[in-house]
Amino acid sequence: MIYLDNCSTTRPREEVVKVISQSMVEDFANPSSLHRLGMRAEKKIKESREYISRYLNVESSEIYFTSGGTESNNIAIQSVVNKLHKRGKHIITTKIEHSSVLNIMKSYEKQGYSVTYLNVDEHGIISLDELRSNISQETILVAIMHVNNEIGSIQPISEINRLIKEINPNTIFHVDGVQGFGKVELSLKASGVDSYSFSGHKIYGPKGIGGLYIDKKHTLAPILYGGNQEKGLRSGTENLTGIIGFGEAVRIMNDNFYKEAKHAYELKKSFATKIKEEIEDIKFNTTLDERSSPYILNVSFKYVRGEVLLHYLEDKEIYVSTSSACSSKGTEKSHVLRGISLKDEEIEGAIRFCFSYENTIEDIDYTIQILKESISDIRQITKR
Amino acid sequence: MDSVLSVSLGEIALKGLNRKYFEDKLIKHIRNAIKDIGFEKIYKEQGKIYIEAEEHNFPQMTNRLRKVFGLVYISPCIRVGKDVADIEKAALDIMKHKMEKEKISTFKIETNRADKNFPIKSPDFSRQMGGFILKNFDKLSVDVHKPDTFLFIDIKQNVYVYTDKIKGHGGMPIGTNGKGLLLLSGGIDSPVAGFLMAKRGVEISAVHYHSYPFTSERAEEKVKDLAAILSRYTGKIKMYSVNLLDIQKELNAKCPEKEMTILSRRFMMRIAERIALENELNALITGESLGQVASQTIEGITMTNESVNLPVFRPLIGLDKVDIIEIAKDIETFDTSVLPFEDCCTVFLPKHPVTKPKIEDIEASEEALDINFLVDQAIEGMKITIIE
Repeated sequence: MIYLDNCSTTRPREEVVKVISQSMVEDFANPSSLHRLGMRAEKKIKESREYISRYLNVESSEIYFTSGGTESNNIAIQSVVNKLHKRGKHIITTKIEHSSVLNIMKSYEKQGYSVTYLNVDEHGIISLDELRSNISQETILVAIMHVNNEIGSIQPISEINRLIKEINPNTIFHVDGVQGFGKVELSLKASGVDSYSFSGHKIYGPKGIGGLYIDKKHTLAPILYGGNQEKGLRSGTENLTGIIGFGEAVRIMNDNFYKEAKHAYELKKSFATKIKEEIEDIKFNTTLDERSSPYILNVSFKYVRGEVLLHYLEDKEIYVSTSSACSSKGTEKSHVLRGISLKDEEIEGAIRFCFSYENTIEDIDYTIQILKESISDIRQITKR
Repeated sequence: MDSVLSVSLGEIALKGLNRKYFEDKLIKHIRNAIKDIGFEKIYKEQGKIYIEAEEHNFPQMTNRLRKVFGLVYISPCIRVGKDVADIEKAALDIMKHKMEKEKISTFKIETNRADKNFPIKSPDFSRQMGGFILKNFDKLSVDVHKPDTFLFIDIKQNVYVYTDKIKGHGGMPIGTNGKGLLLLSGGIDSPVAGFLMAKRGVEISAVHYHSYPFTSERAEEKVKDLAAILSRYTGKIKMYSVNLLDIQKELNAKCPEKEMTILSRRFMMRIAERIALENELNALITGESLGQVASQTIEGITMTNESVNLPVFRPLIGLDKVDIIEIAKDIETFDTSVLPFEDCCTVFLPKHPVTKPKIEDIEASEEALDINFLVDQAIEGMKITIIE
């Protein structure tokens, strides 16, 4: 099996699986219980929080556990809007955000907020000028993703924050970091973002666990009420096994960050070079330089429907994703690929390859060979 | 006083000498439908089938039985002996129960005296019981034209008292009218076609065509889900999955684009016929409806029909789409049919399909193909799943 769908989710590391199964047997107590077992569970949570804060270089009290990226984005955005709605009714985001951000924005638009969706250029990066001209005293929130999940583009987070705070220091800047966390370096303190979402299963941890960094100068109102876990921001008995597994995944990631990023970049570079050599009529939808994540390469194959190619590859146990859902019935095309102004046929022919530390150069070579054969087979049919 | 469920038979009652055969088949299906719920006994008594079971299981049983073809009504009854005092007590109980559930102010008694040894004639007994009910419920009155409820009294070896007749689908017991092979796609029509033929007593097998990897495995899962819903009515379904991609590639390479749909449909029919013959199935069943799409014109249907010798049943041929949808909703296949995992494969769909094909043209196009080889090859790679 060659798994190249690591942006969708990753396979948990062996060590993570081990600490999880161990914790299920040994650390099953409710961290809120007063007895010794409860305290031991609480300590495990503290430990995980420290691994994460150490990686992000923030204080551990600034890390909140959630059920994942979607919940983190929802908590951050909704809490800010709940708190600041009297100050203004304007929000800025981009056209290429994840659905967990875009769909909240749609609901705020219905409630009478005005939302600015920033354009991106052909590389999937926003224009600082466009951002500047849209920030006003009415702007309560800017929500922009760190790394795009379909094409890997990296936004200039520090510059964006500087610009926002220059014009309106009261505007909160939330960053969806789900595809950036553990993959692309970002100093939260130096860049000054107010909140940052991340998720466990994108970095070889378990599903159903994620986190949210909130700068300690802010207090956010909860959107769920209950037993006041996570300092009242996110009530509900802690997902203890998830938190322990997540902590372990972050600990190992932190130790291997540069090595693994370099490895991914080498795979990506080699993959891109070979595709270009071996296959005609292709278009890279991801830059090959530092403006995109080393882990993501999005390619359009002309005369090929992405989903058909996906099934050809899966037949050889190579797993990838299309960027767009099948659009034969006029269903929605990827808003991200539309955002970087691809033509319809380029959107339909797009495949996203996402690498991990586990992939090897041999995987890449084999994939290229299968790609070449499959595409030639498909084109024979479609190019008549 | 015992609780029993009674089942009224529809057309089977008209079957004369074969009646026992039909009844026995039906009892078998009833038994299958409720075996996991648990019942005491199933027996026949003068034209109806009775099930002895715990009363609290009646609603669940009724739901299952409504899906068994060949029965028209299901009634929860109280069974008593022929003692009039017992009958009165049963009538009282069942009316009380009925009035707790519904707002009832008028009623009518209907007595059916099958046992002529019972001394009181039906009209007289109805009057007598009517008087008894009136005396016990001072808010009730009799309305012989449009009563809020009937109170039925069937006098047989036992006496059965009941108020409700819950409608079943009618039709004939599965398996009493041979076996058919349904061409099952992921759409709205074909499951309905299968349902309608099953209702006429045809045992159903299904064949599904896909073009993997040009279509998704999820599309096939969806078809299996549809077959599973259908199997609630038909009993287990044997499903044959056939990959048509090689045939489509061949057609694509060698035949005119505008004929693609008709030509592939002719292959689907041929493959289906081959499967049917090899498995002792007596007919093919399709969801075609006249004029719905380009391949379902009279000329188009002539072309597909011409490729096989087995009879082809098209129970939807004269139905409008809205009528088909209504049945699909009723049998609960609709929500699954409209899920978006439909064949993504539009590569082989002609832009301008021929709507009035001529057999000479079609046959000329097919001359470029080794039909038997292609059919053999498709059948060789076929997968079989049993769906229950």
